[in-house]
Amino acid sequence: MIAELGHLALVMALMMALLQAGFPLAGAAGGVPLWMAVARGAGRAQCFFLLAAFGCLAASFALNDFSVAYVAQHSNSALPLYYRLSAVWGGHEGSMLLWATILGLWTLAVTIFSRSLTEDFVARVLGVMGLVSIGILLFILLTSNPFERLAVPPADGNDLNPLLQDFGMTIHPPMLYMGYVGLSVAFSFAVAALLSGSLDAAWARWSRPWTLVAWTFLTAGITLGSWWAYYELGWGGWWFWDPVENASFMPWLVATALIHSLAVTEKRGAFKAWTVLLAIFAFSLSLLGTFLVRSGVLTSVHAFATDPARGLFILVLLGVVIGGSLMLYGLRAPAVRDNARYELVSRENLLLLNNILLVTAAGSILLGTLYPLVVDALGLGKISVGPPYFDAVFAPVMAPVFLLAGTGLLFPWRSANLTAIAHRTRWLALLSLAAGIVTMAVFWSLRDIKTLATITLAIWLVVTAGYTLWSRIRLREHWLAGLRSQSRGVYGMTLAHAGLAVVLIGIALSGRYTVEKTVRLAPNETVAIGDYVFTFRGTTRVEGPNYTASQGEFAVRSGTREVILKPEKRAYRVQRNTMTEAAIDPGLTRDLYVALGEPMDNSAWSVRLYYKPFIRWIWLGGLCMALGGVLAASDKRYRVAARQKAALSATPSSATA
Amino acid sequence: MKHSVRACLLVLCCGCVPVASATEIRTFKDTTEQLRYEQLVEELRCLVCQNQSLADSDADLARDLRDEVYQIIRSGKSDEEAVQFLVERYGDFVLYRPPVKPITWLLWLGPFVALAGGLLFIRSRTRQHAATRSPELSAAERERLRQLEGDTRK
Repeated sequence: MIAELGHLALVMALMMALLQAGFPLAGAAGGVPLWMAVARGAGRAQCFFLLAAFGCLAASFALNDFSVAYVAQHSNSALPLYYRLSAVWGGHEGSMLLWATILGLWTLAVTIFSRSLTEDFVARVLGVMGLVSIGILLFILLTSNPFERLAVPPADGNDLNPLLQDFGMTIHPPMLYMGYVGLSVAFSFAVAALLSGSLDAAWARWSRPWTLVAWTFLTAGITLGSWWAYYELGWGGWWFWDPVENASFMPWLVATALIHSLAVTEKRGAFKAWTVLLAIFAFSLSLLGTFLVRSGVLTSVHAFATDPARGLFILVLLGVVIGGSLMLYGLRAPAVRDNARYELVSRENLLLLNNILLVTAAGSILLGTLYPLVVDALGLGKISVGPPYFDAVFAPVMAPVFLLAGTGLLFPWRSANLTAIAHRTRWLALLSLAAGIVTMAVFWSLRDIKTLATITLAIWLVVTAGYTLWSRIRLREHWLAGLRSQSRGVYGMTLAHAGLAVVLIGIALSGRYTVEKTVRLAPNETVAIGDYVFTFRGTTRVEGPNYTASQGEFAVRSGTREVILKPEKRAYRVQRNTMTEAAIDPGLTRDLYVALGEPMDNSAWSVRLYYKPFIRWIWLGGLCMALGGVLAASDKRYRVAARQKAALSATPSSATA
Repeated sequence: MKHSVRACLLVLCCGCVPVASATEIRTFKDTTEQLRYEQLVEELRCLVCQNQSLADSDADLARDLRDEVYQIIRSGKSDEEAVQFLVERYGDFVLYRPPVKPITWLLWLGPFVALAGGLLFIRSRTRQHAATRSPELSAAERERLRQLEGDTRK
């Protein structure tokens, strides 16, 4: 019964999406206020039905209703309730439902926080979001219905993949999807602006907070995913350039370009067409990413071809969204006038350069991800594109991005005098270089030129962000007043740039100075990495709710401090696979990481040990960037703009086309 | 959701549980040799897994291939010879670093060509902008912006 209600709710949501797209878009085109007014109500109703559908699926999981095929596939009665609920998005169908539900939530948010927008603009934004929703809901209902029943229900379910029975995996997908789907708001704003022909500074201002929030979720989602991979996959890595990782990284890169480009459009009225194009790209890549991961095309091009229903639907949907929006862009963009003036050396151009670099980086990842698929599909052979390729191509494109992220802040808008800037800030550069050299000389070695360069670059990022903040504060008589007078946007930017530096330091130091040892250890044998002495105390048998584990015990001693680490080797009963649960002693300057390998003779085990300096900074930096995004999105001017209800509805919308 | 699918697929295929079980205990002549071995198994692909290097995979084939690479390195042969051996047996698919040949030219050069194109775009754009001498915001836009700002100040 519950599953049928869920199915019904999903169909109702589709009906609401049809209303939400049809009437408002037609109303906005024809100037019929009554039709436009449908948008908010339909959007809220759609959100309600999606939440209901999602709730029904969650209830089916909670009640162990194994007659629902999806529940039988991804859950088990021995699975703790907490994981039964997160199992809702543990497979394809549920993930798509989560995607749709999150789109419903974003729609709801737009209906609430859009009071300062003109009626026809709101109608168009919600209409476009409705169109996206129609596509996704049709996909779910026609090819991936999570509520399908089994004729003969099994006695118990197949259990959730053990890798997903974990806190990180519980919150990572919703976070990531909040980001992916959030970009649909930026996309809808862009398409609405193209439809109405009012691509202006006001549009950029409305669009900015939404884009920032989506970017924040995406940043947090990617950071969480990387952290999860590190502690759960057991190989001590944090990024593998796996297609599924790339699928989330590409939209992030473009969204990063987008938030910077939006700033230029708002402040200077430049890059309008480019900003719109970025919004279209960012969402297209989110959609592509979702489907790359979901369609099975990554496993093999042939698997994709054997189940053509899903694959074809995906291709058509992608074609309609990307092709349609680009066509609209092609029709409308030539009429967009960018009349801001700026010279070759100016902050505008540095930001544009950074944008180009970010988009190129995203493009390279796209190329590397799709290339083997295309080569295979064309029957030209099978090749692999992996980390060595991405490292080789990505690093040279991104290095200038980091450099510019600091340097660009020193440049004024319109036109900049290179000599004057160099003169004014030469001590900043010297300071960064000196700090980099001293740090490397004291703690590591000056011979690692690459690490030295990266550390210097990171310090440069912090120094320039700090200097920019200071030169703003200095304008006030008292520094406290100066601190208080800065907007959250300024603090957000400073924090995000500093976060980038923290990430960079983490990547450089953990990459260069990780120590890894694979050894055979019998009980009470020891092995040392640097100052850390690991003593193996043997293993014990541990029973979990749905697994049995061999739990090792290691005492790690450094000076007088001793910690106990308990890595596990788990055998999950239902899915019959073994999992390594690494044990980690986390620290700000280093992680100690122990993973059990295989049992050997005489109760000895092969054991893998890592000393990973500063690895935590990678996720810490990601967190700082996300916090920066939160600060910037909560800037006062957006909130004030939202409260001024009549502000813009009183303004005649310019040139409705 | 990015990892879940990877994870599910991984479990489906023979023994490729994504855990660091490459825990054979190896002895090397010196650290250079060890680093060479480690880098090689990182850059070679486990052929029966979804997307894992030899170093990360638990599959039997990956184990065997690690042994092969180890033997080749220990016998004093070069990295190229080790790679050559695997490519002859399994084709380019085993290489995570795709070889540069006509079919991969676009892959290797594409990003840099795109970047060059982007730089030219900036140049031409700036020229265009330097040439136009129109007011920076249109009258309608200025009006709207003024209203926006007026409202913010209230």
